Amino acid sequence: MHIVVCVKQVPDTKIIKINPKTNTLDRRSAPAILNPYDAHAVQEAVKIREKTGGTISVLSMGPPQATAIIKKSVEIGADKGYLISDRAFAGADTLATSYALSKALEKINKEHPIDMIICGKHAIDGDTGQVGPGIARRMDIPPITNVIEVSEVNQKEKTVLIKRKLTNGYELIQSEFPCLLTVEKEINEIEYSPMLNMIKAARYEPVIWAVSDFENVERSQLGLKGSPTIVGKMFSPPRPEGGKRIEGTSEEQVKQLMEILMEKKDLLSTQPSK
Amino acid sequence: MNLDDYRGVWVFIEQNDGKIEGVSLELLGAGRKLADKLQVPLAGFLLGNEIKPLANKLISYGADIVYLVDHPVLKNYRTESYMKGVMLLAEKYKPEIILYGATPNGKDLASAVATDLNTGLTADTTMLDVDIDNRLLEASRPAFGGNIMATILCKKHRPQMATVRPKVMKALEPISGRTGKIIEEKISLNEEDMRTKVLQIVNDVTKRANLADAHVIVCGGKGMGDVQNFQLLYEFAETIGATVGGTRDVVEAGWLPHHLQIGQTGETVTPKIYFAVALSGAIQHVVGMKNSDLIIAINKDPNAPIFDVATYGIVGDALEIIPKLIEQFKQLRTEKGGEMSYV
Amino acid sequence: MSEKFDVIVVGAGPAGSACALTCAKNGLNVLLIERGEYPGAKNVMGGVLYRKQMEELVPEFWKEAPLERPVIEQRFWMMDKESVVQFGYKGLEWGMEPYNNFTVLRAQFDQWFAKKAVDAGALLINETVVTECIVENGKVVGVRTDRPNGEVYANVVVLADGVNSLLSKQLGFHKEFRPDEVALTVMEVINLPKEKINDRFNLEDNQGCTIEIFGDSTKGNLGTAFVYTNKESLNIGVGTTLSSMIKAKIKPYELLDYLKNHPMVKPMIAGGESAEYLAHLIPEGGYRSVPKVAGNGVIVVGDAAQLVNAIHREGSNMAMSSGKMAAEAVVQAHTRGDFSESSLNSYRDALNSSFVMKDLEKYKDAAHTFEKYPQYFNEYVPMMNKAMSKFFTVDGTPKREKQKQIMKSVTSERGTIRVLQDIYRAWKAVK
Ligand SMILES: Cc1cc2nc3c(=O)[nH]c(=O)nc-3n(C[C@H](O)[C@H](O)[C@H](O)COP(=O)(O)OP(=O)(O)OC[C@H]3O[C@@H](n4cnc5c(N)ncnc54)[C@H](O)[C@@H]3O)c2cc1C
Ligand SMILES: Cc1cc2nc3c(=O)[nH]c(=O)nc-3n(C[C@H](O)[C@H](O)[C@H](O)COP(=O)(O)OP(=O)(O)OC[C@H]3O[C@@H](n4cnc5c(N)ncnc54)[C@H](O)[C@@H]3O)c2cc1C
Ligand SMILES: Nc1ncnc2c1ncn2[C@@H]1O[C@H](COP(=O)(O)O)[C@@H](O)[C@H]1O
Repeated sequence: MHIVVCVKQVPDTKIIKINPKTNTLDRRSAPAILNPYDAHAVQEAVKIREKTGGTISVLSMGPPQATAIIKKSVEIGADKGYLISDRAFAGADTLATSYALSKALEKINKEHPIDMIICGKHAIDGDTGQVGPGIARRMDIPPITNVIEVSEVNQKEKTVLIKRKLTNGYELIQSEFPCLLTVEKEINEIEYSPMLNMIKAARYEPVIWAVSDFENVERSQLGLKGSPTIVGKMFSPPRPEGGKRIEGTSEEQVKQLMEILMEKKDLLSTQPSK
Repeated sequence: MNLDDYRGVWVFIEQNDGKIEGVSLELLGAGRKLADKLQVPLAGFLLGNEIKPLANKLISYGADIVYLVDHPVLKNYRTESYMKGVMLLAEKYKPEIILYGATPNGKDLASAVATDLNTGLTADTTMLDVDIDNRLLEASRPAFGGNIMATILCKKHRPQMATVRPKVMKALEPISGRTGKIIEEKISLNEEDMRTKVLQIVNDVTKRANLADAHVIVCGGKGMGDVQNFQLLYEFAETIGATVGGTRDVVEAGWLPHHLQIGQTGETVTPKIYFAVALSGAIQHVVGMKNSDLIIAINKDPNAPIFDVATYGIVGDALEIIPKLIEQFKQLRTEKGGEMSYV
Repeated sequence: MSEKFDVIVVGAGPAGSACALTCAKNGLNVLLIERGEYPGAKNVMGGVLYRKQMEELVPEFWKEAPLERPVIEQRFWMMDKESVVQFGYKGLEWGMEPYNNFTVLRAQFDQWFAKKAVDAGALLINETVVTECIVENGKVVGVRTDRPNGEVYANVVVLADGVNSLLSKQLGFHKEFRPDEVALTVMEVINLPKEKINDRFNLEDNQGCTIEIFGDSTKGNLGTAFVYTNKESLNIGVGTTLSSMIKAKIKPYELLDYLKNHPMVKPMIAGGESAEYLAHLIPEGGYRSVPKVAGNGVIVVGDAAQLVNAIHREGSNMAMSSGKMAAEAVVQAHTRGDFSESSLNSYRDALNSSFVMKDLEKYKDAAHTFEKYPQYFNEYVPMMNKAMSKFFTVDGTPKREKQKQIMKSVTSERGTIRVLQDIYRAWKAVK
């Protein structure tokens, strides 16, 4: 079983600060982390490997510093890491990203055939969730998004049983391998990595590829050039006008509020209980 | 590609065993505006099995044309089968804009289709407009975790596609007897070619549903202090027949299960009455509730941003005011008899 | 199971990273273990980094390290309720190479410094807490961490785990602090636009200023406050010994609020937004509190060994030097193949003959002198302010007359003999 997990380095939007003048993010305030969903993706691969055995590779496209999140993935339990890093990739939108990643996946697939690809549900910076299905289409394998459980992996039949989250509830899907999953956070708990993984990760140096390492890439489909979408303007979110204040002592405030709700707007009232 | 070959605004109509998702109707509402500005027809396209009966409903909600692809293999949503249908329609009729609901299926489908059409796709849009001169869709969405908005454009590729968050656009009032064209496309699919099978669909309405459908929501924030105080809100909600929700900080503090989180990374809600109690009104929270009809904010900080969104603001200590409200409403109940609820 | 390292360093602060860097440079197989999300994540310091000791570890570090501003001015304030007596020095020579010292933000600096150790070949592991030293027949042979299968082994363990070093306590190297041996310091990082900082402190973009504040900054308790300028923020903090906090029944954050609202301080920070709030202990026991620093297979460095000169608020530099000296001792021990206490004691000797111990020795009495005789803080500072005010207020009184009055008021308030005693005592403490 060979599972490849796509992992992305993202700014930690929890503590991110935006420069209100320029509407750009203040890099200093935003440490780069492993996209939380991708951490769960790696963890899920580890859980599958416990049952099936095999190898877990992680793949990332990003600047050289992205090595850090590949090491992080090794801490969680990945065996191998690939980083594709090149100016030509810069400024990619989801279409160009899935193109570049699929090229790398093809190359990995030649070295070591891939049975399953796992992505995060979305990256907390882009928040799009589009790269996963995009990769699946380019590799011509079925995408299964919003996965909350991998119930069964049957290596003989080459099938997986999967729970996929829906708006109200979930569905049970059976798919052939190879296939691509994108996982929700609730799919698992990230386990606390054993010391051995930590030491391995601290030493680990990923395989790094540049565009020149790929045959048959169309540069026109990479990075900014290969991105149909462009960012127009940035603006701070519109805030509706504030309404009126209800003044007075808390008693008076409560009284006025009751009036508004019961009489003026008559939104609330007592119904004979059934 | 010649951009002028592409005309018309399309909306993907998501249906689950014969029921149309609310977001699809909202998008017909939003799409209508775009279509009128661009002076082109608005179309809804619908895939599934035995779905013809749904067509007229879509027309009453603003569609000029309804495209149908009906086939047993399309009974349940599957990326591989559905995208074949969409590709067929899109390549034949060449719309300039396609909108999808940002639901699990809508996002899944749009992402796959965008790849095969080799065109741009904007995710989780919350504002839509068009630049008429260049016939450009201006799809705006929160970026960097909601701290700012970015307008995404797709200049050189068609169709221009976007997924749109449920509950941010407004559906039109249906006009019964409104007329439009219904076009059905034949498609050849057979089950044997499918690599995925849907074995079972489980609806558990216990989750999510309740917040989404609630007429009255009492949402508490970190300012309630601790989980004990937070129980006050349950008592309050109970007295006025409301549902309790919370901010992310509250959920992360473990006072509330995750599915009751309201905001960007939680539920988007549009109740008739929204009580925002002891929460600051951070933008990521506000995007999830700002379309509520009536917003009442209780916060002891007069400068809390929530007051910019609130219809009525009460500057005061929630721990003092909420008990008083409970008391008052309980009194009313006993006087008048019966249950308190939204009319 | 897990392999054996030449040396394990616990804690990636200045002391730990300096030690790991030096060991790695000398070809040792080093494991550096840090509990924070990354080195510096939670580390606290007012922010003055001293060039000299840093330079010995990374020559010309100022060309690459994440520094805030080179300090070209040091001010000292004797602050009363509504007045302050100031003196200080400003010199442009401090603003150019090789510089004197810099303001830094530890979260960035520690990360960079640890990276230097990693580049030199040390292995860094974050988010891992060392829970205890593994001791086998009287010898430390490794550490146990909070991770699954978390034991790691080494010839030497260097404890650089900071001020309340639980690990050296476990080994019985030192006892719990007495409240008068540590200062509790709280500080805030306050964001302020570059231009405002430059205007308010009369600086250029690449010039920094430090202010040490005595007297009312601690409500007259033994301790000091500080305001340091970063590129686009200020570090403001205040600390007093635990003992005087207990005595005066004040909470640290109350002190900080008091300071931030003090009429002499408020205008400096006005309009700033508070970015971070940090609290941390500083070992102030000085010379007399320095514990045992070497044992069989173990060495203690930096704050963990109480190596801080409270009077001059020098700690990071002593931490680095001690870390470096420890590393050198380990390297020698490695060549000798002897990691016993007596072998590692070459570290203690190095410490003793270095500025670290010499400075601590010099001030060995300062702390408790001032602790024991609070008048230095709660009486003389106000007196000085009164005196200055009197002296400079132009009211027609001849200056010689004024001086008389001032001396009189001083001696009458405390009595001539006691004033002389105080002066002598103070001089003895810092001579
Ligand atoms: C990528 C991202 C996604 C996010 N998604 C969400 C999301 O989906 N939903 C969400 O809610 N947040 C979200 N957040 C977090 C959001 O930014 C805020 O941190 C959060 O909403 C704050 O929660 P709060 O208002 O409960 O707490 P606080 O911000 O701490 O507000 C507490 C408020 O209570 C008031 N208060 C205190 N005591 C009292 C009292 N006794 N009486 C009255 N008022 C009192 C205070 O004045 C204060 O305004 C997200 C953040 C990021 C970066
Ligand atoms: C408010 C304040 C202002 C100061 N101002 C200055 C100043 O201006 N100039 C100056 O030179 N000094 C100053 N100091 C002193 C200086 O901060 C310290 O002397 C210096 O940081 C000591 O370095 P260290 O490496 O010994 O300890 P620390 O910097 O405390 O580093 C200890 C490291 O060990 C890690 N650690 C602890 N326990 C464990 C464990 N069990 N497992 C794994 N990791 C662990 C910690 O996370 C930390 O990274 C100040 C101190 C304070 C509190
Ligand atoms: N640059 C990248 N490198 C590797 N994987 C990525 C990259 N961008 C996106 N992904 C994967 O695609 C998922 C969804 O990302 P997004 O579509 O950007 O929200 C992420 O969780 C990753 O698994």
